[in-house]
Amino acid sequence: MRPRTGPRPNVPVTIDGVEHQAYEGETLLELARRVGVRIPTLCHLEGLSVYGGCRLCVVEVAGDRRLSPACALEVTAELEVTTQSWDLHEHRRRIVELLFAEGDHVCAFCVSSGSCELQDLATEHDVDHIHYDFAHPDQAVDASHPKYSLDRNRCVLCTRCVRVCDEVEGAHVWDMAMRGSQGRIVAGMDQPWGEVADCTWCGKCVLVCPTGALSFKGRATSEMVHDPDVVAFLAAAREDGEWLDRKADA
Amino acid sequence: MAGPIDLYDVANAERDARAHFSRRAFVCTSTGCLSAGASAIKQTLADSVTGSDQEQSVQVVPTGCFGLCSRGPLVRVEARGKDPMLYEHVTADIAAEIAGEHLLEGREASADKLSLDLPFFTRQEKVVLSNAGHIDPDRIEDYVGQGGYRALQSAVETMTPEGVVKTIKRSGLRGRGGAGYPTGRKWEFLATAESDEKYVVANGDEGDPGAYMDRTIMETDPHRVLEGLSLAGYATGASQGYIYVRAEYPLAIERLERAIREAKRAKLLGRSVLGSDFRFDIEVRIGAGAFVCGEETALMASIQGERGTPTLRPPYPTERGLWGKPTMIQNVETLANVPMIMERGAEWFASLGTPESKGTKVFALTGSLNNTGLIEVPMGITLREIVEEMGGGIPGGRAFKAAQSGGPSGGCIPAEYLDTPVDYENLQQLGSMMGSGGLVVMDDTVSMPEVARFYMEFCRDESCGKCSPCRVGTVKMHAFLDRICEGVGRKRDLQHLESLCHTVRATSMCGLGQSAPNPVFSTLEHFRDEYLELLVPDETFGGSDARWTAEPERAAATTERGAR
Amino acid sequence: MSAETAVDETTRLRVATAWLGGCSGCHMSFLDLDEKLLDLAAMADLVYGPLTDTKEFPPNVDVTLVEGAVTNEDNLELARAVRSNSRYVVSFGDCAVSGNITSLRNSMGDPTELVRRVYVDHPDINGHFPSEVVPALLPHSEPLHEVIPIDVYLPGCPPSAERIWTLLSRLLESLAAGEGIPDLTWRGPEDLRFG
Repeated sequence: MRPRTGPRPNVPVTIDGVEHQAYEGETLLELARRVGVRIPTLCHLEGLSVYGGCRLCVVEVAGDRRLSPACALEVTAELEVTTQSWDLHEHRRRIVELLFAEGDHVCAFCVSSGSCELQDLATEHDVDHIHYDFAHPDQAVDASHPKYSLDRNRCVLCTRCVRVCDEVEGAHVWDMAMRGSQGRIVAGMDQPWGEVADCTWCGKCVLVCPTGALSFKGRATSEMVHDPDVVAFLAAAREDGEWLDRKADA
Repeated sequence: MAGPIDLYDVANAERDARAHFSRRAFVCTSTGCLSAGASAIKQTLADSVTGSDQEQSVQVVPTGCFGLCSRGPLVRVEARGKDPMLYEHVTADIAAEIAGEHLLEGREASADKLSLDLPFFTRQEKVVLSNAGHIDPDRIEDYVGQGGYRALQSAVETMTPEGVVKTIKRSGLRGRGGAGYPTGRKWEFLATAESDEKYVVANGDEGDPGAYMDRTIMETDPHRVLEGLSLAGYATGASQGYIYVRAEYPLAIERLERAIREAKRAKLLGRSVLGSDFRFDIEVRIGAGAFVCGEETALMASIQGERGTPTLRPPYPTERGLWGKPTMIQNVETLANVPMIMERGAEWFASLGTPESKGTKVFALTGSLNNTGLIEVPMGITLREIVEEMGGGIPGGRAFKAAQSGGPSGGCIPAEYLDTPVDYENLQQLGSMMGSGGLVVMDDTVSMPEVARFYMEFCRDESCGKCSPCRVGTVKMHAFLDRICEGVGRKRDLQHLESLCHTVRATSMCGLGQSAPNPVFSTLEHFRDEYLELLVPDETFGGSDARWTAEPERAAATTERGAR
Repeated sequence: MSAETAVDETTRLRVATAWLGGCSGCHMSFLDLDEKLLDLAAMADLVYGPLTDTKEFPPNVDVTLVEGAVTNEDNLELARAVRSNSRYVVSFGDCAVSGNITSLRNSMGDPTELVRRVYVDHPDINGHFPSEVVPALLPHSEPLHEVIPIDVYLPGCPPSAERIWTLLSRLLESLAAGEGIPDLTWRGPEDLRFG
């Protein structure tokens, strides 16, 4: 987490009964992470633009009957927020279950089992079984790229790959095609990934993917370890000339 | 015309021209009647008159819509000194008869007629549809002849933008697209926003199944929409307006584009509206088949040429909208109210309707009714009046079961609430909403779980896919409803459906997902027995079922656990 | 049997296991309990399962651990017998909990074509649809809770012996004390986890 500099934080925000001081304009998620309060996220990634699509980070804000996504809620005035409650826990659990039931999420032989944010979220939210029918889509694996593999059956449409390729690498190889349950990530003009000349093989999309959808070739079950922090590292390096501590390479 | 149009001259010329005709035949040429052969009917009537000795005294006017669509194609004949006559179910042959008998000879034709004294017609209060069926939508002179564009002229020449905003605020006009947000307040937000560029947008995406109010306004009176949008631009400081029309309305698009060309030529649009300092242009932008693009942020994305998915609010469009500039999006029907409010005054408008819901509302009345079509009624009219008097009751001797308002975002209103005055608050309290104006009447042969399933299928197909609860939730909610309707639903399917509905409503990003569960909640509230009857018997659960009933002790235990 | 070691059959808990459409890995993990099996034997009798010789599922079982998805007609019959005769049913392992590998065939649709390819088209001799002994495949391979109500879920592929023991010991202790299912807060040595 990059340390903030500048004027002191002075907007009072009460999170789960404890008062903190926020910087004006920072998001609730930024504040929470800064002060050590856990708010679950999936599509959010520090260094990328805010998407607000997974809806896991929704919190209760006093005075608002609607839930707000913490990743997008900018603190401009005093706030009272609840991040953990019976309802919020249930909502988040159901969203995680929906994501499992959308694709073909079989952890047992998944290349990312053990390094998967969806799996971690399931554990965190006491998912011991899925209440919804699995869709069992039949999406072919795209292994046309020499170095990487895409399995859409495991995609949660978080669009981190889309954003990192567009915003950090500048190649915009990925985008989302179709809508709703027909929606899927496509490369180029919906071509096999290996045929998209714009791809620079940088591998950032693979590193930031939260599930086993994108992986390095040659990895077997549980061998694909992602490294999403690379984006925050790059952002700090490029923008501030800072070199953050990095974990050991995957 | 070289300089700006002279509204009074043109209006007078129109009136003089009209006075020459002793008989005028109005042919509905809105989409409904057109699809049933109105084109041939108009041609037949016109051909009969042309070249006849009555050519100078009989006029055939393409117009529409008269409202009672289920009796179309419709032709109304107005003869000087006589009561107007409305012919129903007209064909080309019947048109020939009408032409020969009524138009040329002045005798009533023996073809089927509708009484204009039907409650369907007499109980209506026409504001936005006051020109529908009386003017040719393709002639600006016709619109001007009815007093059109006087409000714009008056505003631009004698009022300040603030004055216009104040009038709209005092009128009590609320958004007619569904949410009922106070229009004047929205105008004020945009008016007070500081920016070098501002935009106003008319939302003609009208995606609710069975709703065609906005389509009708755009097809029958396109200039009213232009005038309303121009007034919005004047009041708020915007110089560019867009009308976003769904691609499935080609006739509306064609008529609007022609109207824009005519308005430009008349200097009612352009660099100097009616010779003033006010600059305003309007462009039509066409959708591409997505219901979600009726949501204002998705609509703006679509106008910008991007994927039509909603974006997070705040910031609201009046702060940051199209291309980052302050933007205001208004439903077509809302804007269509504006010219008459400016002309007749806020107090006149506020005298219609109920204290909280001023004015009128256009409803697309469909379903199991004798009279289906489009009506404009004052807010506060009861559902019973609409269904029994105007709609003519349920055909086939069947009984009224429920009326669905608000489309896929709304709910059903069962028989015990028939005497409810229809307005924003009452419908909300009944677990439904005003919505855009679709009103579907159902009789006792209709299965309410199947109604919920139908609307959920629609939401599932129209979900943009950005947020997980809606994208996947609508699929699963539909799957549960499908199981139940097909008779293989278990008690736990109903439980899981209900709890999932709560999550989708609470966590979805935009109105589509947030309101997709509404038909389920509503039908469960009023017709739960129908669901229960469809379920297969199930063995009772052991302890793991407790989570779904949210027992207080278990809830407390989980909250503690979650706080760790 | 001497009086001191006589087992009081009326108070000993009766535990069973069942192996449906699974690879038996969960049962292997169960056997991995090693010395804990002796502790289990002290608390309960194992009255049915691949590790016993009982032919029919017996009545009055306290807890049954069911491994495997419900993928053929035999599985369905046994699952229902388990539910009718057990106080508590544990969905044991990812196949029972979520279908897992056994349910991958669902994306291929109707299993008839799959069976045809395997049993009719490919054998060098005697290719035919199996009709004896081999039970018919159900149209869909389902998780256990789709066919019978479940009381406890134990995901994992397989669940580790440690996780199995955490569940079993707490469950049996609670039942022996005359109580129902205890609060199974999964923050023990092994997190609740698929895979």
